[in-house]
Amino acid sequence: MGSEVRPVSAWSPADAGDERESLVVARGLTKRFDGFTAVNGIAFDVSAGEVFGFLGPNGAGKTSTMRMVAAVSPVTEGSLRVLDRDPASDGAGIRAQLGVVPQENNLDEELSVADNLYVYGRYFGMRRSQVRDRIPDLLEFAQLTDRGDDKVTVLSGGMKRRLVIARALINTPSMVLLDEPTTGLDPQARHLVWDRLRELTRQGVTLLLTTHYMDEAEQLCDRLVVMSDGGIVAEGSPRQLIAEYAGREVLEVRFLPGDRDAVLTGLDGVGSRQEVLSDRAIIYGEDAEQLTTAVSRRGVEAASVLVRRASLEDVFLRLTGRGLIE
Amino acid sequence: MSHSGTRLLRGSGKSSVGGVPTHALGASRIVERNLRLARNSWVVFLSGVVEPVIYLFAIDVGLGRLVGDVVGPDGTPVSYAAFAAPALLAASAMNGAVYESTFNIFFKLRYGKLYDAMLATPLTPSDVALGEIGWSQLRGLAYACAFMVVMGVMGLIASPWAVLAIPAAILMGFAFGAVGMAVVTFMRSWVDLDMVNLALLPLFLFSATFYPLDVYPRALQLLTQLSPLYHGVALIRGLTLGAVGWGLLGHVAFLAVMAVLGGVVAARRLARRLLP
Repeated sequence: MGSEVRPVSAWSPADAGDERESLVVARGLTKRFDGFTAVNGIAFDVSAGEVFGFLGPNGAGKTSTMRMVAAVSPVTEGSLRVLDRDPASDGAGIRAQLGVVPQENNLDEELSVADNLYVYGRYFGMRRSQVRDRIPDLLEFAQLTDRGDDKVTVLSGGMKRRLVIARALINTPSMVLLDEPTTGLDPQARHLVWDRLRELTRQGVTLLLTTHYMDEAEQLCDRLVVMSDGGIVAEGSPRQLIAEYAGREVLEVRFLPGDRDAVLTGLDGVGSRQEVLSDRAIIYGEDAEQLTTAVSRRGVEAASVLVRRASLEDVFLRLTGRGLIE
Repeated sequence: MSHSGTRLLRGSGKSSVGGVPTHALGASRIVERNLRLARNSWVVFLSGVVEPVIYLFAIDVGLGRLVGDVVGPDGTPVSYAAFAAPALLAASAMNGAVYESTFNIFFKLRYGKLYDAMLATPLTPSDVALGEIGWSQLRGLAYACAFMVVMGVMGLIASPWAVLAIPAAILMGFAFGAVGMAVVTFMRSWVDLDMVNLALLPLFLFSATFYPLDVYPRALQLLTQLSPLYHGVALIRGLTLGAVGWGLLGHVAFLAVMAVLGGVVAARRLARRLLP
């Protein structure tokens, strides 16, 4: 066996017929804590085999939603079915088939890397031999093969994260929930985690993830919902959302504080739409070259001008008037 | 479906998994986790055995010589060491269970995210409560056995009924452990934990531990009978001294009710705290 872990049984369209099975169905899903509404009547479906994302800033209600799906937080109102079961009456049955990667690593810091996997498998009621057989594959998946006997506390942030992801696979889950899988990791560690998650999607597993990184959502998600203040403000594939809400290309015109009014007057009417932030105007259009020409023709006194492709960040800005990372 | 080979994933949601473990089974998984950890920390075991034995020697060679004989539970005179030894066993069962379920669990609830990880699996708050208390009582079992051996060697066991003092100490451990865990879910800071010591000391001194109940005036006797340690002491003392009667079942019932009520409250409170 090489460094790749080969799938043996993966989801394929043939298994499910034309209609993909829905693993999560939420309608009017609401979560309140002592009068504070964290999730406000959202509806979404997650289909088997897809990577489904919740994109939104901190406090948008993503984690609360994930915890309800993970059957560790009671639903306040609305309906929720997970793996065709009701979390209120069959939470343990749901959890038995899920893999969960929480926002903060919650490894057993007193145990070794391999023992973390072993003990976790036992929590799922797996037989000792069954768990032991599985550990080498999972260590390999996490690229921690030679670290099995190490204490968890000496691992780097990226290694711990990969171990948490591997641990979430111990019970061969039907669906893996990942809450902010790469928050706090350096760029290299992030790419390694993304690489592991893509490996999972290649094997056809259903992933449900939250993120406030638009690049993460664009890289990984087949489909996502944009969340803000406990509600869903848009839904679609990253490409659809960008096309629908942001257009193709973007011109960012930065200005010095004193020039703000002059610059904005000069830009008036350029592009299909504009968003104005404290230090820059963002101009949306189909062709950046046209936008640049228009701006320079008007002799706008900009501090700098930047051309880029439209992103989910723009979608979020358009929908909420705010940035994703505040 | 088979679990062979290098397959990491199930893929589709329809192919279902093996069963969900029952509570007893789930709790045993938590005991197993703690056992795995304890392989490296046998010193803790040793201290739990040594401490009550030191007390026992102090009473046998010191206080016991001074006091001489006292009136036993069935009215016959017994040596003071034979009178106090079962109380020391009971007190050590109480202290062990309470410290484990308060200080240790408080730390885990507050700083570790261990329980969050456990509860993401099919395990439930009841499993966690039962597992943690069960683990502390596995240690309690070792301490009680060691203590009984020392009592036997010192000639402080008067009856074969004494064998039942070991399960009696475990029952006490479950009762105090369950109540301790229920109480700790209400605690917010380390300062609150000092209240535990404040509660344990008078229990230790005044639960008819070091002198018979009838030295108290009637009103104080009734008050003492509300102390759970009193029931533990009376039960274990009756067994090691062979003063066995139906009355002992009353003490068993008191401790059993305490264990069940404490356990129910602990599990409910843990659920509210860990699964908001």
